[in-house]
Amino acid sequence: MTAVLVLADLTPSGVRKASLELLTIARGLGEPAALVFGSPSEADIATLGEYGAQSVYVVSSPEVDQYLSLPKAEAVVDLAGRLQPAAILVTSGPEGKDIAARAAVRLGSGIVTDAIGVSLDGGRVTATQSVVAGQFHATTAITKGIPVVTVRPNAVSAEPAPASPTVESLEVAFSDAAKGATVTAREPKASSGRPDLTDAAVVVAGGRGVGSAEGMAVIEQLADALGGAVGATRAITDLSWASHDLQVGQTGKTVAPSLYVAAGVSGAIQHRAGMQSSKTIVAVNKDPKAPIFQISDFRGGRRPPRGAPRPGRRTRPAQGLTGQMTTEAPLRQGLPTC
Amino acid sequence: MKIVVLVKYVPEPTATWKFAPDHTLDRSAVDGRLSELDEYAVEQAVRLVESGAASEVTYITVGPDKARDGLQKALAIGGTAAIHVSDEAMHGSDSVATSLVLAKAVERVGADLVLTGLGSTDAEMSVIPSMVADRLGFHQATFAGELTVDGGSVSISRTTDAGTERVTAALPAVVSITDQTPEARYPAFRAIMMAKKKPVERLTLADLGVDASAVGLAAAGTQVLSITPSPARAAGTVVTDDGTGAAQLADFLAGRGHL
Ligand SMILES: Cc1cc2nc3c(=O)[nH]c(=O)nc-3n(C[C@H](O)[C@H](O)[C@H](O)COP(=O)(O)OP(=O)(O)OC[C@H]3O[C@@H](n4cnc5c(N)ncnc54)[C@H](O)[C@@H]3O)c2cc1C
Ligand SMILES: Nc1ncnc2c1ncn2[C@@H]1O[C@H](COP(=O)(O)O)[C@@H](O)[C@H]1O
Repeated sequence: MTAVLVLADLTPSGVRKASLELLTIARGLGEPAALVFGSPSEADIATLGEYGAQSVYVVSSPEVDQYLSLPKAEAVVDLAGRLQPAAILVTSGPEGKDIAARAAVRLGSGIVTDAIGVSLDGGRVTATQSVVAGQFHATTAITKGIPVVTVRPNAVSAEPAPASPTVESLEVAFSDAAKGATVTAREPKASSGRPDLTDAAVVVAGGRGVGSAEGMAVIEQLADALGGAVGATRAITDLSWASHDLQVGQTGKTVAPSLYVAAGVSGAIQHRAGMQSSKTIVAVNKDPKAPIFQISDFRGGRRPPRGAPRPGRRTRPAQGLTGQMTTEAPLRQGLPTC
Repeated sequence: MKIVVLVKYVPEPTATWKFAPDHTLDRSAVDGRLSELDEYAVEQAVRLVESGAASEVTYITVGPDKARDGLQKALAIGGTAAIHVSDEAMHGSDSVATSLVLAKAVERVGADLVLTGLGSTDAEMSVIPSMVADRLGFHQATFAGELTVDGGSVSISRTTDAGTERVTAALPAVVSITDQTPEARYPAFRAIMMAKKKPVERLTLADLGVDASAVGLAAAGTQVLSITPSPARAAGTVVTDDGTGAAQLADFLAGRGHL
């Protein structure tokens, strides 16, 4: 069976969830072969095997950390040349895009980015995408070279399919060009103690309607009460009410939680692009015409029901969110603390 | 230092998009504009000239006749000149082919620094910057949230899935600029008028020495099989709050297993 090259990312807490999703997709196309950078632990190798990797290739050269993206791209091109895989799968994201783009040019491949599904269709690799800020679904066949596909996190759920992978370390002769852009500093993202935004089952997002940076406390409390992650619109990351890595949307993260609460969010098309495949969408907005309501399943309320989990502290920010669903209703209460 | 900014003319994001029978976007049916995301790159280029780090800025666009309007907008924000590559043969080109044409155009102008947007708001791929860098043999520093040029090198910071990185690359380099950088200034009437006098050169593929067989629908490495409107969501529960809204919300969430 043909190999399918999967670029798997290691994080300090193990193999990235999105990489396990790639392995799951890869099994539908051929035999998953994982490429990892750095020094995977035995547990990492075991995890890759658990999700179906038949082989694991490890590149541990220091160049991979010292320089931006290119050494990784060259390793992908190198290994692809050797394996002639049915496809190359990479997770969408800044680094994934850099690598996929370089690999596609060097291999003369067709490339699809931000796929939400990849399958074999009459022997051709076919990818589905949500395009035009999520307004259309496109299905595209890759007709040239070794297909290169970047896949959005959360496109599928990772399913185990245990295998015992062979492990091989790979020496790559990097070009001088690959050593051009030096990574001079790296700062891991600050841990909030909340689930990762892209992985969270519940996301509570705040928009300009929270009124102020302090208003975000309401969002955080609700997120904590529901065990979810905090999200934000670009409007408020621009205002520094929330940090940039919490931005959801076309130029932020794409999320697809089972519950998305949008509070004080108008639902501009660029925001919706990042969250409209959420299963349940609850919108809290004082404007009944807010576009977010076009895709929401429920519009908020105002009084915390008895017995429901609630934040430790009741908040009533002066300009805080109101759970009102009509503009006529008085704006007097805090965010529904359900 | 010479800067080239790659700018794309895209359909208005809020317009209703139509697709032609060959599944390409029907650009004539939709109002267009300079990609909002490319305006950030334009602004950075203009700032580099103002700070004395750069001497000139040339815009390059590959697109239909109307793409000229996008160049005009960029020139009103600032910059020196523009190149408009327009050729029927480009219809249906994929990113790999577009990057070839853009790279040839950059070579013709000559550049120390190529700036691009984070992604085009129509194709939304964010791959052209790396592809152009590869073809030019330039270094790259993509997804910049901040940019400084110092002598012969460029430094950026970028937010990745894992955190933030600072990256320094020697020139010549390609840098893509995100919407975390400052928004483009609003051009004054005088600047809009003056922009009309700035030179815009129109080129064909032949002018760039690109063979028409290397681009277009036939040369594309991808073939769109279908494009359909996303399924509409079922109408939601709309509750006009009469004081029981929160309780209803709690019931609703509990009913779906969220509480
Ligand atoms: C190229 C491009 C890319 C972009 N990418 C993104 C992106 O990735 N993510 C993103 O989010 N945006 C993005 N944007 C910006 C987007 O277009 C919107 O400007 C932004 O999403 C609006 O944020 P908002 O909903 O917080 O603010 P607003 O649009 O100002 O909405 C605030 C809402 O709060 C409501 N409100 C106010 N007070 C209250 C109250 N007391 N109680 C309840 N409701 C209240 C109002 O009715 C309103 O609907 C992008 C824009 C462009 C051009
Ligand atoms: N046809 C084009 N003409 C000029 N620049 C382009 C074109 N297509 C893409 N670009 C540039 O490349 C960036 C990324 O585009 P993309 O990879 O299509 O998302 C854009 O923000 C532009 O700066």
